[in-house]
Amino acid sequence: MRVLVIEDDREAAGFLLKALKESGHFAEHASDGEAGLEVAGEARFDVLIIDRMLPRRDGLSVIESLRKQGDRTPVLILSALGEVDDRVKGLRAGSDDYLTKPYSYSELLARIEALTRRGSSSEAVTSYSVGDLVLDRLSHRVTRAGESIVLQPREFRLLEFLMKHAGQVVTRTMLLEHVWDYHFDPQTNVIDVHISRLRAKIDKSFTVPLLHTVRGAGYMISDGAR
Amino acid sequence: MTALARLLSTSTVRWLIAYCAVFGIAAAGVVGYIYWQTNDLLTRQVVQTLAAEVKGLREQFDLGGVPLLARVVTERSLNAGSGLYLLSSAEGAKLAGNLSGFPSELPGESGGGIFHYARASTAAKATPDREAVGVAIAVPGGYTLVVGRDIVDQRDFAETVRRILLGGLGALAVLGLGGGLVAGRGILARIEGMRGTAESIMSGDLSRRVPVSGSADELDRLAGSLNGMLERIEQLMTGMREVSDNIAHDLRTPLSRLRTRLESALREAKGGGVAREAVAGAIEETDGLIKTFNAMLSLARLEAGAAGTLAVTDLGSLVTDAAELYEPVAEERGVHLTTAITEGVMVEADRQLLGQAVTNLIDNALKYGAGSAIDVAVRRDGVAAEIVVTDHGPGVADGDRERALKRFVRLEASRSESGSGLGLSLVAAVARLHGGTLRLEDNVPGLRVVIALPLGGT
Repeated sequence: MRVLVIEDDREAAGFLLKALKESGHFAEHASDGEAGLEVAGEARFDVLIIDRMLPRRDGLSVIESLRKQGDRTPVLILSALGEVDDRVKGLRAGSDDYLTKPYSYSELLARIEALTRRGSSSEAVTSYSVGDLVLDRLSHRVTRAGESIVLQPREFRLLEFLMKHAGQVVTRTMLLEHVWDYHFDPQTNVIDVHISRLRAKIDKSFTVPLLHTVRGAGYMISDGAR
Repeated sequence: MTALARLLSTSTVRWLIAYCAVFGIAAAGVVGYIYWQTNDLLTRQVVQTLAAEVKGLREQFDLGGVPLLARVVTERSLNAGSGLYLLSSAEGAKLAGNLSGFPSELPGESGGGIFHYARASTAAKATPDREAVGVAIAVPGGYTLVVGRDIVDQRDFAETVRRILLGGLGALAVLGLGGGLVAGRGILARIEGMRGTAESIMSGDLSRRVPVSGSADELDRLAGSLNGMLERIEQLMTGMREVSDNIAHDLRTPLSRLRTRLESALREAKGGGVAREAVAGAIEETDGLIKTFNAMLSLARLEAGAAGTLAVTDLGSLVTDAAELYEPVAEERGVHLTTAITEGVMVEADRQLLGQAVTNLIDNALKYGAGSAIDVAVRRDGVAAEIVVTDHGPGVADGDRERALKRFVRLEASRSESGSGLGLSLVAAVARLHGGTLRLEDNVPGLRVVIALPLGGT
């Protein structure tokens, strides 16, 4: 994956580039808005990570001019502000996701992976399948090995989101945002319990587990251990 | 109609109406007294005149008997003015005077009273339409003498006095009330302006100032002082916000780096289990620190009214969602979590902020409710929408409820649970931002927390 990091804090950028390279990605860096816009125009990237507060050209304005030029590269915006209205502003400017500093690297990685995969899997997909687990988005039916599984509406959406990102790590915050539309962290870790309920329904009576916990990061649905 | 009702409900107009009522009663009293006095005075005059006449006529009779009396009566009848006379014989025949006959309304001989008579004494069948006061006295020899006074002019005069007084009183009342209402409306409009300013300041727009009319009257002086105070408050608030924003920036960056370094250390620490555990623990602590820090910043922003976008929201579905998020956790802990939702309660709300507030309350009930059943309700109470979260645990002592809402306050019994101590302050700030209030009540046993919000939308 080719990643461009536009970030003025050299130390933070250094760590991020190093971590991205360690995870096997190709990463480039620009330290202000103008330079970032230039680099983004020169080469193709799979994802852009843009800090909101940048010298010479503000992060939001970088995104806006990229979008005006017809560049649809997924953008994740980083911000130290992190209030809901800032997030809304970021998304309105054309960014695809939003992450508040300080963030955890695993969170960032999960999010940019979800963003890059998003481009290929369109909304028109009517069913997902992982191994022998099948989710039909139209009839809202879930079966495993042909056996019907009864899910609550929220459990269905949880499974739908996990299956949409099959093979990718999905963090608790991502689940809260996409399944519950909550952009805050509840004080208690409520997601784990929802996951274990879902796991009891889809994995319990089968030998091969599909829903995995990724330690220190989140969850992943995939057939066979990764 | 509502404008009139609002005008009538203001203290100025209420005072004005009360003042007009008192003034009206006093004026009516004075008018009544004057009228009564006038009438009384005139009547007394008449009675005195009659008494003097009777005395004079009696003297004439004493001097010259009936013939002289008859002559004097005839004389006086000719240039009488308002005087009325009649001298009649024992048989009732008229001997002298300008009355055509004995007034039937007088109580016979030697009595006085009011009677009616016809003025034109020559016309035989004139209607007795004039009013008079008179006395009848017996004259020795069976004669009867009637002396009277026409009182129509007097009555007319008293009536005129009464009418002038009543008219004046009416005009005074109308002018007073009307003038008062106009003045009241002017003052009301200016006070409304001040109130509007105060409300928009309370909802976060600190740049607003109280309007000044330029007339340098007492309201302008008040507005001037208020504006001075607002100026000062705004300066302090801006200063506070700058400080907190600077702290946010200055502390978040190093915190961010600390976390990143720990994370990369964790990735690089290939072997040693103990070191990895230590670093993972340090990351967890850092996350806790960051969480508290973020909560402080959001609280500061909420209290400055600088956050949130309100939209018409179905409170029932918002609360159901929050309860549903916690339902599995409650079940896992063996806590019975139930909801009682009144449908169709709409409020102007920021879903994120209010959702966070409700989850905070459910979270608290789970942590401090000692495993008792939790009930989450949405209800309509008059003009307010209420979110009620109740537990049946140990509750909060009377004296501690107020304190529990303060920042960083964590009641002694709850120290063992994790938390920043900002949860309830955040809920209170969210309630305030929505124009509502947060109440802690005794559920005997347990705690009942109520967020009351103004109803919005339709």
